[in-house]
Amino acid sequence: MNWHRFLAVLKARNREFIRDRSALGWNVMFPLLIVAGFAFAFSGKPMDLYKVGVYAADPVQKLASLRETQAFFRTDYIQFIPVTGLASAITKVERHQLDMLFDLDRQRYWVNRDSPKGYILERVLRGADTVADTTNSPTGGFQRQTVTGREIRYVEWLIPGILAMNMMFSALFGVGYVIVRYRKSGVLRRLQATPLTALEFLSAQVVSRLWLIIAITSGIYAGANLFIDFSMFGSYLLLLLVFTLGAISLISLGLLVAARIASEELAGGILNVLSWPMMFLSGVWFSLEGTPPLIQKLALLFPLTHIIDAARAVMIDGAGLAGISTQLIVLTLMSAIFLLLGAVLFRWK
Amino acid sequence: MAVLLQATNLVKRFGDVAAVNGVSFGLEAGTCFGLLGPNGAGKTTTLEMLEGIADADEGEILYRGKPVGAEFRNDAGIMFQTTALQDYMTVREALEMFGSFYPRTTPMAELIETCALSEFLDRDSRKLSGGQRQRLLLAIALVNDPQVVFLDEPTTGLDPQARHNLWALVKRIRAQGKTILLTTHYMEEAYELCDEIAIMDHGKIITRGSPKALLAEHFDEVVLQLPRADILGDPDELPLPVTVHGDTVEILSRDINTTIRTLLDHDVSLAGLQIRPRTLEDLFLALTGEALRA
Repeated sequence: MNWHRFLAVLKARNREFIRDRSALGWNVMFPLLIVAGFAFAFSGKPMDLYKVGVYAADPVQKLASLRETQAFFRTDYIQFIPVTGLASAITKVERHQLDMLFDLDRQRYWVNRDSPKGYILERVLRGADTVADTTNSPTGGFQRQTVTGREIRYVEWLIPGILAMNMMFSALFGVGYVIVRYRKSGVLRRLQATPLTALEFLSAQVVSRLWLIIAITSGIYAGANLFIDFSMFGSYLLLLLVFTLGAISLISLGLLVAARIASEELAGGILNVLSWPMMFLSGVWFSLEGTPPLIQKLALLFPLTHIIDAARAVMIDGAGLAGISTQLIVLTLMSAIFLLLGAVLFRWK
Repeated sequence: MAVLLQATNLVKRFGDVAAVNGVSFGLEAGTCFGLLGPNGAGKTTTLEMLEGIADADEGEILYRGKPVGAEFRNDAGIMFQTTALQDYMTVREALEMFGSFYPRTTPMAELIETCALSEFLDRDSRKLSGGQRQRLLLAIALVNDPQVVFLDEPTTGLDPQARHNLWALVKRIRAQGKTILLTTHYMEEAYELCDEIAIMDHGKIITRGSPKALLAEHFDEVVLQLPRADILGDPDELPLPVTVHGDTVEILSRDINTTIRTLLDHDVSLAGLQIRPRTLEDLFLALTGEALRA
């Protein structure tokens, strides 16, 4: 490894990225859009879980009086929405746009028999003002125990996944696609005619993208935290380690994809085939608890799964090095395998 | 002169096709050697094997009497037929980057002066004209102060002025003592620049030698060219070796005086007469029976 040559390629790649205003602009704008999206979606009070339409001659006044007399209309997390047309409101219930509908003047209500939310609301309506039909107590004999603790909001669970997903797209497309473009245009062929080795070239690509990913991920983290104020119970250094190892594994995967391909269209297709299943099966948006065991095992093949698991453990559970050692080892192994295969399979032409 | 680079029985196949089929030649130090031939003759593949970019299926390449190794890259300067540089890179930055790959480099000022780059040193390399770009690529090929310079069709696509400018640069490089291996399908270029040429077709060398010696060896006549309209009758009825090329009639002649007398006897006007010596283009036609597929 000749560091002089490595640094020359690293410098050239960094310069190319920084001078490409459209790419640079997108890489700065995309995180800002993500932060803005989160700020808009998750700031303020928690969102209501159920939507109930209220129809009456004067629904606001009627609702206010009902709130004094019936507990159901004081239930938290139910949004009561005054409606003006009964027929159109019933259609909304049919289409699951409203979970329940009350005609307060005629003392009627509608639920959709196919709606789980409607079912729950009806149970709440029936049980809110009466003792349940159990023998000893409303809880069926179960003794109530309480715990206290800070709420982990969905957004706090989501943030590690979003950060990792952004890393994934930047790593796969920012490295894999660029190398294929270099090969197609003849840049690699010209470099091959010099003493520059494949290892020096590939290492420079990894480092160049790594610092960019870490910088952008840090920016998203700081910006999102400013607007959303999410939890971070673990060590920032450990989180940096997780993201660094994760980024290296994803960049290496991008290098592996780009090892021989000379068609940007084919590379784009393969990168999409890799990134979309990872996005949906690695637990970015929802937990894999309860999914078929085969899906859960399949997810373990993706580096993104291990990055997200480790990041969530650090940020939400405050896990230490020992708590995420399995994920770190897996990510290290994946990086080594991808890099080794990528270097062996790499062709300049 | 000592042989710097020796190729022996080089073979390169692509599937069932032998793109290069038993090519051998030696490159003497300080000379300019030209590989000529039409597109698809195997020139570029031969060059790539010598450059170390492609592996030969058979044959041997020796540099200074030893098999070509990794260190050969430090002594070789390569100008590809088509090359792309990274985007957003200025001329100066490209020279600096390529210079940093080598243990020995040509001083930047000398490189800039030799290849006349000073006017656009800080210009994005994508914004250069064809001629300027070729000068930059030549400078990159010279950045490591190479012993052997490979130039693969360096003037293809250039206008006549840019082509002559590049020829002047190549002559300067040769005058500095560099050894040059040049491929081209421009016979005029080979005649102008090369000490020795080899003509390739269908993957083989069909003849080699100095341009003048080859022409002297194969031809002892000149060509008289006349406009077709200056011959009143059918040109083929003239008692001379005549060939019609569109609007031009060519007559081969070992004795110009006799040929001209014959033309005057047949009332042919000599107002548009031109006399030229035989060229490498004619040699290629004579050897292969086909015109250059440029």
